[in-house]
Amino acid sequence: MRNRLFLWVPLALFAFFAGLAAFMLTQPKDEFVESTMIGQPLPDFALKPAFGGLPGAAKADLVGGQPRLLNVWASWCLPCIAEAPQLEELRQKGVEIVGIAIRDRPEDVADFLARYGNPYSRVGSDPISEVQLAIGSSGVPETFVIDSKGIIRYQHIGDIRESDVPKLMAELEKAR
Amino acid sequence: MIRAALALCVALLAALAPLAAQDSMPPAPYAYTQLEDPRLEAEASALMHTLRCLKCQSQSIADSDAAMAGDMRHQVRTRILAGESPEQIRRWLIARYGDYVSYEPEVSATTWPLFAVPALVILIVAAVLLRRLGRRRSDADDDAGETA
Repeated sequence: MRNRLFLWVPLALFAFFAGLAAFMLTQPKDEFVESTMIGQPLPDFALKPAFGGLPGAAKADLVGGQPRLLNVWASWCLPCIAEAPQLEELRQKGVEIVGIAIRDRPEDVADFLARYGNPYSRVGSDPISEVQLAIGSSGVPETFVIDSKGIIRYQHIGDIRESDVPKLMAELEKAR
Repeated sequence: MIRAALALCVALLAALAPLAAQDSMPPAPYAYTQLEDPRLEAEASALMHTLRCLKCQSQSIADSDAAMAGDMRHQVRTRILAGESPEQIRRWLIARYGDYVSYEPEVSATTWPLFAVPALVILIVAAVLLRRLGRRRSDADDDAGETA
């Protein structure tokens, strides 16, 4: 009798794994690759200005004073248009936002900022995603909280929605 | 009818094109250009086949045409050219994106059961087989003893 019960074990195992697979298929896929640079110092970089209107960006511009936001974006990126009003709102709350424009042209950057507003104090041009890779960012837009010592404290992946603004303000406060 | 369907498809594609808009910048210098030294290029290529494209996650950066994969290939080739070893470059990327970026299996705090379970199963199977075969042999010996 005991032996017969034992015979059901493989079937039970199979049912368990089939059920698990079926369940996982219904779960939404998480496409985001999070940076593992949180808590690490910003790597050294110095980027040329992305367009004529603002200076470029270097690590030194993000160290000292108040915590800042480092916004990785591009004029060819649609979600970047969606987050423009939220970046403007953050700027009005007194947050300094340093931009890094990925694979972009000066005229496109200028056109984008003229059209959707310019929340940045500086915008560096990263034509080969060099700095983007160095900070562990895997797409545009992404926003990093950098504390006054130049340590990366928080990463926001994707466009900043209205509902993300309080969280970012809280992270900036925590980084103080 | 088929023509109308085709026209609809074309119209749909045309409408979708801006959604897929990417940058129009030329690729990074070493995105599509091989290194001059064939030995270094072979090293770079072997490494690129084991690094995950972050934009198109089921492809390696060697297989992907995504702009970001091109920029990653540029990083790999320039770093190889600067004398870094493939393992150093892999470590550099893992430090930024976690071991997810590498296709090379990595024993870590989360992955060790993947390596431990098969070894354990083989041990259990070996133990069971030894016991059974051992028993059968001694049975056979007993039989031989009885008939003699």
